[in-house]
Amino acid sequence: MEDDAPVIYGLEFQARALTSQTAESDAIRFLVGTQSLKFDNQIHIIDFDDENNIISKSVLQHEAGEIWHISASPADKAVLTTCYNINWSFGALGVQNASESRVVTSSAVWRMPPEWESGSHESPDDPHNSHNPQSLDLLCHLDNSAHGNASCVLWEPMGDGKRVISLADNHALLWDLTESSTQATISSSATLEGKGQLKFTSGKWSPHHNCTQLATANDTAIRGWDLRTMKQIYCIENAHGQLVRDLDFNPNKQYYLASCGDDCKVKFWDVRNISEPVKTLEEHSHWVWSVRYNHSHDQLVLTGSSDSRVILSNMVSISSEPFGHLVDDDDLSDGEDNHNDEKTKEPLQDSIISMYEEHEDSVYAIEWSSADPWLFASLSYDGRLVINRVPRALKYRILL
Amino acid sequence: MAVSSRKRRVHGMLKLYYGLNEEGKTVDQAESLDPCDINGPHFDPEVYLNKLRRECSLGELMDQESCMVKQIRSLDSDMQTLVYENYNKFISATDTIRKMKNDFKKMEDEMDCLTTNMAAITVFSARISGTLQDQHAQITKLSGVHTLLRKLQFLFELPARLNKCLELQAYAQAVTSHRRARCVLQQYSHMPSFRGIQDDCHAIMDKLAQELRQKFRDGGSSAKDLSECVELLLQLDEPAEELCDKFLTHARSLSATPTAGTDILEFIDRGCNEFVSSLCLVIASYQELFVNRPQESNLAYKNIPQMAVGKLHAFVDSLAARYFSLVERRIQEEKSVGDNSLLVRALDRFHRRLQAVAKLLPGSAVPSQGTEIVVRAARERVKQYLAALQSFYLDSLTDVRQALAAPRLGGSSAGGGLPELLSSLSASILNQIKTVLASVHLFTAKDITFSNKPYFKGEFCSQGVRESLVVNFIKFVCQSSRQFCESAVDRGGSTPPALLLLLSRLCLDYETSTISYILTLTDEQFLVQHHSPVTAVTALCGEAREAAQKLLNHYVKVQGLIISQMLRKSVETRDWVNTIEPRNVRAVMKRVVEDTTSIDVQVGLLYEEGVRKAHSSDSSKRTFSVYSSSRQQSRYTPSYTPSAPMDTNLMSNIHKLFSERIDIFSPVEFNKVSVLTGIIKISLKTFLECVRLRTFGRYGLQQIQVDCHYLQMYLWRFVSDENLVHFLLDEIVGSTAHRCLDPAPMEQSVIEVICERG
Repeated sequence: MEDDAPVIYGLEFQARALTSQTAESDAIRFLVGTQSLKFDNQIHIIDFDDENNIISKSVLQHEAGEIWHISASPADKAVLTTCYNINWSFGALGVQNASESRVVTSSAVWRMPPEWESGSHESPDDPHNSHNPQSLDLLCHLDNSAHGNASCVLWEPMGDGKRVISLADNHALLWDLTESSTQATISSSATLEGKGQLKFTSGKWSPHHNCTQLATANDTAIRGWDLRTMKQIYCIENAHGQLVRDLDFNPNKQYYLASCGDDCKVKFWDVRNISEPVKTLEEHSHWVWSVRYNHSHDQLVLTGSSDSRVILSNMVSISSEPFGHLVDDDDLSDGEDNHNDEKTKEPLQDSIISMYEEHEDSVYAIEWSSADPWLFASLSYDGRLVINRVPRALKYRILL
Repeated sequence: MAVSSRKRRVHGMLKLYYGLNEEGKTVDQAESLDPCDINGPHFDPEVYLNKLRRECSLGELMDQESCMVKQIRSLDSDMQTLVYENYNKFISATDTIRKMKNDFKKMEDEMDCLTTNMAAITVFSARISGTLQDQHAQITKLSGVHTLLRKLQFLFELPARLNKCLELQAYAQAVTSHRRARCVLQQYSHMPSFRGIQDDCHAIMDKLAQELRQKFRDGGSSAKDLSECVELLLQLDEPAEELCDKFLTHARSLSATPTAGTDILEFIDRGCNEFVSSLCLVIASYQELFVNRPQESNLAYKNIPQMAVGKLHAFVDSLAARYFSLVERRIQEEKSVGDNSLLVRALDRFHRRLQAVAKLLPGSAVPSQGTEIVVRAARERVKQYLAALQSFYLDSLTDVRQALAAPRLGGSSAGGGLPELLSSLSASILNQIKTVLASVHLFTAKDITFSNKPYFKGEFCSQGVRESLVVNFIKFVCQSSRQFCESAVDRGGSTPPALLLLLSRLCLDYETSTISYILTLTDEQFLVQHHSPVTAVTALCGEAREAAQKLLNHYVKVQGLIISQMLRKSVETRDWVNTIEPRNVRAVMKRVVEDTTSIDVQVGLLYEEGVRKAHSSDSSKRTFSVYSSSRQQSRYTPSYTPSAPMDTNLMSNIHKLFSERIDIFSPVEFNKVSVLTGIIKISLKTFLECVRLRTFGRYGLQQIQVDCHYLQMYLWRFVSDENLVHFLLDEIVGSTAHRCLDPAPMEQSVIEVICERG
């Protein structure tokens, strides 16, 4: 059980942005973007050696500004997007009149320099002293100055890395990346219209239906969009009592959607019947900032909250495997006797598997590893990244 | 002296002779044994003489001798008179016998004469009877003919008589006449003349029967008439079964269905008077006619009783079913729960009257069905009362809502009359429960006939009243309270927070006292014997407590949310980078403090103060300011050195190591301080999270500093542990500093001046 202990990594800066390197399927690798107004921001590439339980890191400079959102291309592991703040006041520092200063959130596609792996690996613990930490290469800006502040950029799931959606204020923009991602053109867009200042807080590109659907969150509502027509297809008004912070699609059940928000709840929806949530979890004692389905076993749901906790729940009843994993006969050959016994057990009940309390500040981001389905990372505001595993007993119960 | 004694001696001898024994006999016997007793039977002259000689002197002997002589003389004379007397008597007897001899001879002659006379008389008499013999036979024959003729006349007159009877409607007489003639006519029907009569009679009787049936069928006749008809028809050999049927069909039409009356009592009254009594009458007369017939009637009637009883049961059942359905419909219409006594009285009367039927018709299912109706009605009633209680509760909640809304319109402080509202609400609910219990209690009153049925003794009290009325109502209260928590979250807090607070207190009061009081009251009033398992007081109390907790948590959530929203808006809508130098505390902070104060007042009206961690003696702004400024110094100063980020993180992490993890939306305790702590926690945490999402300029940071100081000045007094406020405000200022492009904190003294001025 020793290797089940969480592995903790501390960043020097505060951080909100976390993603796993989607295109990488061999190494367990997470990308973290920092937030600092005074120093150059960085992207930390965290590699986790599962066998030795060791973390190694590389740092890339992100000079454009503090990172609010990061996401990695599903096709090219060197390509990623960030949403970052540009503080125009830096340019106007000399000017006494500070009224010109402005904070704009913008987004861009970047490429990691090819030599990063060898480059900064040598001195992982002392990035500031290393000479010339390498910078990201800008591929293109997702230029949206006309559309307002970007809140997130979404890659087409399992696509070829040619299409992204950016959410900016009340616009959802579908970009086509051409010429090795150095050109970005808007192919279509949708605008949220209504009373007041509407603003997308978060969104998710559905991996189902041939990737033609998008779900977005604004204020307390969740909306579904058809990307072919860029029209709204459903809208769950008052999905949460307060702001909806995040949502995620069930990777195996095309109509199922999880959402979380400031009412401390996690709700599961069947978008065919949006009048009532299928299930509601109320375990956190403050806002829930992030919710993630496990990519392979969708009964495993991870949530991170500003009560500094990460909760792993087992939602068997609404998963694609409500009666446990169906075992092939081949798998039985190497199984021990007691494992055979376990298969006859009652199906698992919906339950909280564990509550991770390693963080001491609000947890704003969580992510499953794309390489190892039993491993996940959580990031709290104070820059602490914690890598945890699904408890082994549960893992075996699901597998065997 | 000597004479009397002699006489006596003579008498004694006679007596002795005749065996008479009278008084003095013992003396005789005593004397008689003495041989010296001269009068005794064992007298021995020798002994006597010897004795005398021995005992007496010469003089005495002389005296004795003279005395003896005297006595002998008197005795002699006595003997002589006796002989004379007897002789005379013997003579007269002889004379008498001689006379008798003569008389008998005369009598013998007369007797001979008599004998000859008698013989003569006998001869004469024989001669007379011989002559009269013929005439006598003739007379007998004549008188026989006469009787026959009279009978024949009766027969011939019968049709006419019957007709006349028919005319006069003297049916009974007609039937009797016909019955008398029927056998004869039947017997002689082979003779044409008689046949004619018989046919006539039959025709008439048919007509009569027709008429009777007609009468039977007609409505107007009374039950008595009817029974008479039936009696007659029966005598006319009408088939009894058909008659039963007809009688019953007729009775069916007779027992008019009770019309829907105005009120239930009147309705039942009318029903009882019209229906039940006529039913009883029908049953009685029917039984008299068909069931209780004397057994002497002929064979054809033998199986009538069983058949008739069967028919009667079916009839009564069907009729009662109709009546019951009517009654039940009427009872169901009885929805108003105002006056239960009317219904109970009506049911009682209903039940009581059915007992009469039970007496008349022992095997009938009617009374038990009636009881069932009563039971159902009672059950229904309990349900209605529950519904009434529930709607009353909801109504009073609406009233409370309005009362809560009203003062706000008037501009006075919100929830000024909370305690009054609470007490009036709970009092009115309790009153209502008591009223309902009293009403329901009528069902079990002693003078109500059905109250001693097993249902009303056991199940009604425990399952009906206690469980489905009282317990359900309490559960309803808890449940509806919980619903307030759930609905309000999703639908934007439609419930006023003050109502939540009030209900929470109400539920808590229920938990502590009201529930047990109500249940004890119920148990006492209804003498509930718990045959079946009932809900325990503790379970209910637990439920109430849970509801109270939920409501209070929700109250905290809602109030926290209101303040949170203000704070969030204030942070989100401002351009913090380009703000001006702070001169004042922002209005929203004043508003937050004001709201918190009013919440404090509101909660204080209903909940106790609660335990507060001991304050340091000067837990005022000064302590905070020193503390925070020193911390701020240590935080901000190094940020200008290259190694700054590490240190900053280290500082905050070390700080966090020593502070407890704070659960923001955690359950609160039932006291003011805990509630306020909860609200402030939620508000400040929101503030913190919002600040972290923004970027600040120098003056933005300074404004936040001012605001936080202001909050610190006023909020510490509300919470249980002021360090909590310190900690959260520190976090806010710290986070702001991190998010600040140009972190130049304001001087503590300036902050204080600004805050005090505000």
